[in-house]
Amino acid sequence: MRRVVITGAGTINALGSDVPKTLEAMREGRCGIGPLEFRDVERLSISIGGQVKDFDPVTAFNRQQLSLYDRFTQFTLIAAKEAIGQSGLSFSGELAARAGVVLGTAGGGVSTWDDNYRAVYEEGKNRVHPFVVPKLMNNAATSHVSMEYNLKGPSFTVSTACASSNHAMAQAFQMVRSGMSDVMIGGGSESMLCFGGVKAWEGLRVMSRDACRPFSANRNGMVQGEGAAVFVFEEYEHARERGAEILAELIGFAMSSDASDIVMPSKQGAGRAIAGALRDAKLNPEDVGYINAHGTGTAANDKTECAAVADVFGPHADKLMMSSTKSMHGHLIGGTGAVELLACIMALRDGVIAPTIGYEELDPECALDVVPNEARDAKVDVALSNAFAFGGLNAVLALRKV
Amino acid sequence: MSVKDKVIEIIAEQAVLEPSDVTLESTLDSLGIDSLGLVESIFAIEEAFDIQVPFNANDPSESDFDISSVATIIKGIETLVAEQA
Repeated sequence: MRRVVITGAGTINALGSDVPKTLEAMREGRCGIGPLEFRDVERLSISIGGQVKDFDPVTAFNRQQLSLYDRFTQFTLIAAKEAIGQSGLSFSGELAARAGVVLGTAGGGVSTWDDNYRAVYEEGKNRVHPFVVPKLMNNAATSHVSMEYNLKGPSFTVSTACASSNHAMAQAFQMVRSGMSDVMIGGGSESMLCFGGVKAWEGLRVMSRDACRPFSANRNGMVQGEGAAVFVFEEYEHARERGAEILAELIGFAMSSDASDIVMPSKQGAGRAIAGALRDAKLNPEDVGYINAHGTGTAANDKTECAAVADVFGPHADKLMMSSTKSMHGHLIGGTGAVELLACIMALRDGVIAPTIGYEELDPECALDVVPNEARDAKVDVALSNAFAFGGLNAVLALRKV
Repeated sequence: MSVKDKVIEIIAEQAVLEPSDVTLESTLDSLGIDSLGLVESIFAIEEAFDIQVPFNANDPSESDFDISSVATIIKGIETLVAEQA
């Protein structure tokens, strides 16, 4: 099997409009969660989120592009530009014919659905813009990245709720590892922060009204975020031969299904995905220095995740660090694993562990080193990134420092 | 603004041209308006005049609406606006 490295990273999220700004915010333990700003927000009982602010689509895209790009596609294209730009790759000939894009999103063009339902239901209009369908479809972002960069290989969108981008990146990784392609673009995007998007989540009653406090005894739910992150996955020798900067190596992954409940997580299902990723990457538990947790800040996830880690790692669970950066950027749902992969890259490459902010009180059921409130300098050789979705679909990635 | 001027304005905006560059003899092809641009123009025309244009993107030649030139489009819209009045 071939080695796969990351040679480009890009993002836009509540912490920053690119990777350097996002990593700086993570190092400083800054919170990107604040009051939501959009139409009808006063009718919501949840009024906070990790919203991307100081972003003007009109300066980023032309009129024709805006008529086709939902916000989740806009975020994706901004992240893809940074990632592919950093990699230094341009796609033509045989490379373009085999290179593709695999991205995750849970909801796709949620605000396009929302705006147009409002127009026909609330405002009584009987006509919608002709591009509603190509704008809202879940694969729109993938297709626009493919068109923009001439990527003609295997390309599709993965939708597995909160694990979408980890599943997507696992697919992209697998294609490079197996020899199907030398380069693949992977990542994910989400933009559900509109009236209908947040209203739907309110119904489940798992949202916090004040803060996302993963692993803290006084945690009271999740907080939604929005944004995207995109990566360039490249075969190791291909990257070396052209002298590309290598950010980290992706060394393994595993997926599992709980096959038990549509919303409640399972310790066994999560544990099987974590153990599977260690096996796939040929790691011993002691090799892992950092885990970017799924860490949603809900009662159920955090204790289940800690129990799964304790089961898989045994005594080493007390030695490794595990933080949830959702405390800072919120839960990006289908894009969350992609943004969180940045924290893994920072741990491996820069030796800085992003903190779990908002941590106030020890929960005996989450008694791991969650790197509370302040980033920490530490040398880490191997990191994992967990994602456990509603529907019991789990995906864990393993990365190594290069 | 007359129907003619409004239709030309919409088509010009779609083609990213000045209205003065759009003549009655212009075709959508010569203006660089593709099939997506055409449905978007028809949508804008429907919105502007609050009419329904009988246009089927699957087979434009079978539609009861002639799009072979700017002049035929204007004529078709004028008819629809008059029928509605």
